[in-house]
Amino acid sequence: MNKVLALAGVVFKELYRRKDFYVLFFLTAVLTLLLASVNLFNDQRVVRYLKEVCLLLIWVSALVIAVVTTARQLPAERESRTIFPLLAKPVTRGQVLAGKFLGCWGATGLALVVFYAFFAVVSGTREGHWALGATFQALWLQWAMLAVVIAMALLGSLLLSAPSANSTICFILVGGILLVGGHLNTVALQQPEPLSSLIYALYFAIPHLEIFDVRDLLIHDQPLVGWGNCLLATLYAAVYTATFLLMAWWVFRRKPLSA
Amino acid sequence: MSARLPILLLGLLLTIDFSLATWLQPRSLGWRGRRAQADTMLKVLLGDGRRMFANHFFTKADAYFHSGYYPSLFDQARLQCENHLSGAAEEQASKGGPPDSKHDEHEAEHDFFGKPKDWLDRFSRAFRVTEHTHLSGGGREREILPWLKLAAALDPHQVDTYTVAAYWLRSKLGKVAEAEAFLREGLRANPDSEEILFELGRLLWENHRDAARARNLLEAALRCSERRAAGLAEPDKTFRGRILVQLARLEEQTGNLAAAIARLRQLQEVSPTPEVIQRQIAELQQRLEAPPPSGHPAAPPSMRQPGSDR
Repeated sequence: MNKVLALAGVVFKELYRRKDFYVLFFLTAVLTLLLASVNLFNDQRVVRYLKEVCLLLIWVSALVIAVVTTARQLPAERESRTIFPLLAKPVTRGQVLAGKFLGCWGATGLALVVFYAFFAVVSGTREGHWALGATFQALWLQWAMLAVVIAMALLGSLLLSAPSANSTICFILVGGILLVGGHLNTVALQQPEPLSSLIYALYFAIPHLEIFDVRDLLIHDQPLVGWGNCLLATLYAAVYTATFLLMAWWVFRRKPLSA
Repeated sequence: MSARLPILLLGLLLTIDFSLATWLQPRSLGWRGRRAQADTMLKVLLGDGRRMFANHFFTKADAYFHSGYYPSLFDQARLQCENHLSGAAEEQASKGGPPDSKHDEHEAEHDFFGKPKDWLDRFSRAFRVTEHTHLSGGGREREILPWLKLAAALDPHQVDTYTVAAYWLRSKLGKVAEAEAFLREGLRANPDSEEILFELGRLLWENHRDAARARNLLEAALRCSERRAAGLAEPDKTFRGRILVQLARLEEQTGNLAAAIARLRQLQEVSPTPEVIQRQIAELQQRLEAPPPSGHPAAPPSMRQPGSDR
C-alpha cells in the first residue's frame, strides 16, 4: 500500500505544479463574480442563476482536470522512459495503475473541495443560509462519478496511442452519457425489435454518470438525497471503477512497454 | 545584414498594415452585414444565431418557475408544457385568481415522468427533482428573471419575454418601475407590439392610476391590433377583447360611463358571450341615467389627453 501511496503522491504533486487547476479555478471565480455583479432589475437576492453557472463551471473544470491529468499519466511515463526504472523497482504494474488512479482521483478531489468551498461561500453569502449538507452531497457524488471517469481514462490511455485522442474520446463518452444516457430506456421503448433490446442492453451496460449530477437539487433548494441512496450510488460508482481498473490492469500487464 | 534592417522592415510592415486597415475597414462593414452594426457583445459573438438560444432561455425561466421539475427533450409531455409560464401569467391576469386554483388539474398534466420503467430509472429519480412545485411566495419568483433578461438580450423581438417578465416584476415583486423600464425597452425594439402596449397601459392604470396615459397606450394597442387583424383571414379576437375590457374598465372607473358603454359595444362584436356584455351595458346605462349622488361628482372628461404618450 505504501508503494501505491508513494506513486499517488507523485501525481498529486504534479497537479499542483501544473497550471491547469489554477487557470480553471481563476476562470470559474472570475466568471461567477462577474455574473454576480450584473444588475438584474435592482434585485440583489437573485441567486439561482449564479449557482447554476458556478456549478456548470465546476463540472466542466473538474472533468477537464480529471481527464487531462489521467490521460497523460502513462503515455508521459513511457515517452520519458521513466516507466522502466519505475518497474525495475519492486513495484508491480497493478500497483503503478492503482497509484496513478489514486493520485488522479485524490488530486481531483482536492480540486473539487476548493471549487465547492468557493461555491458555498458565493451561494451562502448571497442567499443568507448555508446548504452545507446538500453541497457536501453534491461534492461527494461528483467525486464518485469522477472515479469512474478517471478509471475510464486510465484504460483509454492504454488502448489509444495519444493522450489527446484519449481525452477527446473520454469527453465525448462522458458528455454523451450525461446528456442522453438516462433517456436511452425511453428511446428503446419506442423502437422495434431487435433495436429496442439492443438499446436497452446498452442502457444497462453504460455507467450512468448522470445519476451523480444533483446540481438541480442544489440549485432549486430541494431536500437532500437520502444517505442510503448516496451510499448505493457510491457503490454503483465503485463497481464501474473497479471494472475499468481491472480491464486496464489486464491490458497493461500484457502490453509491451518498449517503443 | 545591418542591425537597422530588421527595424526598418518592421516599420515598413507596420505602415503597410496600417494603410491596409484604413482601406479595408469601411469595406468590411459591408461584408459583415448586420453583425457590423452590433451594439452588444452577444450580437457580435452570435449574430442572428442568438435567436435560437433565446427560446431556450425563455424555457429555462419556465423550468425555474417549476423549481427544476421540467420535462427533458425526451419526455413526451414537453409539448404540453411549452409556454406554460406565459399561460400561467395570462390566466392569472385575466381571471385574477391564484394559479393554485387549478392545481390538481395542472399537477396531473405535469406528471411527465410516469411510472419508473426499470430499477435504474426508479433509483435515478432519487437524484432528480421529482416534486412539482411553483416558485411562489417570499419573492422567490425573482429567480426566473435572469433568464428572461438574457432571452430578451438574445432576441429583442420575442415579445412574450417582456410581458411575462413585467407581469412577475409588478404583480409579485412590487418592482413597478423596473417592469415599466423593461416594457419600454421592449417597446423600443417592437414599436408595433399590441401586447407590450397593452401591458404598459395596464401598468400605468393599475399601478400608477395614470388614466390619461394608460388610455392612450391601450388605444394605441387597439390600433396596432386592428392593423394586424386587417392583414389576417382569421384575426385573433381574444386579445382585442382583452384590450377592450381593460379600456371599458378604465372608463368606468374614471367615471366616463358613456365611453365605457361605447367600449363595451365594441367588445360585444368580438366577445363569445355578447349577452353577458349586454347586461353590463344595461347596468352602466342605468347608472348613466341615474342622477349623480350629492357630494360625489363624476370624473371630469378632461382627463382624456389624446396623444400624450404616443
